Amino acid sequence: MSQLFPEWANQVPRRLLVGSIVLVNTIVFTVWYFFSPEFTQVGYMPEQPVPFSHQIHVGKLGMDCQYCHTQVYDSRHANIPATQTCMNCHNQIKTDSEKLALVRESWESGEPIEWYKVHMLPDYAYFNHAAHVNVGVGCESCHGRIDRMEVVYQAEPLSMGWCLDCHREPEKYVRPVEEVTTMGYVAENQIELGLQLVAKQNIDAPVYCQACHY
Amino acid sequence: MSKTYEYVPEPALVKGNHDFGSITRLVTDINLRPTPKAWYIVFGISNLLLFVLLASIGYLIWQGTGIWGLNSTVNWGWAIINFVWWVGIGHAGTLISAILFLFRQNWRTAINRFAEAMTIFAVMCAGIFPAIHVGRIWVIYWVFPVPNSMAMWPNFNSPLLWDVFAISTYLTVSFLFWYVGLVPDFATLRDRIKSKFGKIAYGIAALGWRGSNRHWWNYEKAYMILAGLATPLVLSVHTIVSFDFAVSVIPGWHTTIFPPYFVAGAVFSGFAMVLTLMIIVRKIYGLEEIMTDDHIEKMNIIILVTGSMVGFAYLMEFFIAWYGQVEYEKAIFILRATGPYAWAYWIMITCNVLSPQFFWSKKLRRHVGFTFFISIVVNIGMWFERFVITVTSLSTDFLPSSWGYYSPTMWDMLTYLGTFGLFGTFFLLFLRFLPMIAVAELKGAMPQADPHNYNDEGEYAPHEEIIPEPKRSY
Repeated sequence: MSQLFPEWANQVPRRLLVGSIVLVNTIVFTVWYFFSPEFTQVGYMPEQPVPFSHQIHVGKLGMDCQYCHTQVYDSRHANIPATQTCMNCHNQIKTDSEKLALVRESWESGEPIEWYKVHMLPDYAYFNHAAHVNVGVGCESCHGRIDRMEVVYQAEPLSMGWCLDCHREPEKYVRPVEEVTTMGYVAENQIELGLQLVAKQNIDAPVYCQACHY
Repeated sequence: MSKTYEYVPEPALVKGNHDFGSITRLVTDINLRPTPKAWYIVFGISNLLLFVLLASIGYLIWQGTGIWGLNSTVNWGWAIINFVWWVGIGHAGTLISAILFLFRQNWRTAINRFAEAMTIFAVMCAGIFPAIHVGRIWVIYWVFPVPNSMAMWPNFNSPLLWDVFAISTYLTVSFLFWYVGLVPDFATLRDRIKSKFGKIAYGIAALGWRGSNRHWWNYEKAYMILAGLATPLVLSVHTIVSFDFAVSVIPGWHTTIFPPYFVAGAVFSGFAMVLTLMIIVRKIYGLEEIMTDDHIEKMNIIILVTGSMVGFAYLMEFFIAWYGQVEYEKAIFILRATGPYAWAYWIMITCNVLSPQFFWSKKLRRHVGFTFFISIVVNIGMWFERFVITVTSLSTDFLPSSWGYYSPTMWDMLTYLGTFGLFGTFFLLFLRFLPMIAVAELKGAMPQADPHNYNDEGEYAPHEEIIPEPKRSY
């Protein structure tokens, strides 16, 4: 019988094996890195209609989160402030600033400013701000260092796995309730403090499905 | 001193005056000949049915499981019935190829390739149903433990998850076993086929097989190891399928007899399916000298044994329901035999328990037409067994106010019908392009393979059957 395959065919099984190992690893890495919310979601930074700088207001002027987001301790939502809140100061300060034109327009017409939502959860996930801040989950734990953001962006993946990281081990993240709005809070011994706070606040973070999906 | 017994030698495995060469020609010429017209016709019908399957799956994905006849107490309908039915059919292939191999039952060589192919295609048909019945098929990967950003992990307490592993392991091992057995025969086809394309295609599949001593040594070892791996799978796969029911707390399902009873039923239906296909194929391709009436008789004995085991299990279920004195358990079994689905129950009893009893008669065991008929009846019965188990227990559950009657819709039926198209398409491709009998193995079981059957000149001279006299006097 004549030779059917060329000599290089001897190498085919070995090359296929090596090739498939490389291919499988590439696919795994690609999905693991590029399909994760850490890649697809983190860093979402839409341009807002009014170039409001958290860096100036929080970082430089030291305003508390609750000055504007007033409902956060009582409501499911941390509300976006009304134009009134802006005008409390800006009817006196920078009254003819170009950047504030839209705020003044809204103030006159009564139409609210259409801000873009940055942190989005799927509709099938229930989240309640009040439930979290009242037991000592800091604003920055989820939203990052807002005091350093010129334009607000999504700092954390907000994936279910990320939620569960804290729900499973809340002692690694909780802080005293009076420190919730503090930016850059570092406890001396987080685990020790965390365990005390978990006991004190009676924190029993649920990890069953219908806690968030119902 | 008279003989106290009569010695009956095993019938020859291959009838007719065949040698190695004629066996090779008989089997592999089927693959080398031009495709017969009838093949195209049957293949066309199968393709049509396959299209029906794909269309009904497409509509299911588009529309959701509401197109099926499921309702609020019967949340598991034809999908699970068809799944268990197809998986069960697969079991005969593994039993023939692995267990009979380890028990040195040489008659398996005539049917093992054929039955293994049936296993693989049947498991493929089965695998479709659990995948599509979840409703949101696009997240079906959640059944696998894939680390993900949702921290979603399958529930390892659930028999449905065990099923995923059982079936995927089973399919993998069955396929490897089948393929390893095919390698020497691929080489035969490579060497015999004329076309260049055929030579290359079979040559790639043959993995460079040259039939050297070393090749045979590796082959035998690999085959033995795979037989050892596949043997526990015959028992474990259908055991785990039965756990889908038995691990729940539904009356009529929550019984310890389920695993052995399911395995027996699986082998029962699988052998029936092998017989159905074999009787047609051996007729069309003229393979009666290899797949002989002796094979049919042996398989009928297995059908008789497993059928009686299944019948015994039905009786035991009733006995335990009475003996256990659990209100709901008793009620469900009375309802099975007399309730709204009594018709299905008695079809099941007739087909599964009564019909194989005909095989006590040697004449009927060897009757080809009758065997063909019973083999179909058995598979109808085994489908109804799964129907009875699934539907009766669910439709009449703990709360009489929620009792209801389940009937399938057109889409249930079309999907089931379509799986025959999938099975037929693959099986016909198998018949056309692969040797349907394990040529190399069959030769090993022939008297010509025994070196004692050659005289000093190296000529074939089979020795006389020596019938030993009993040594002890009575």
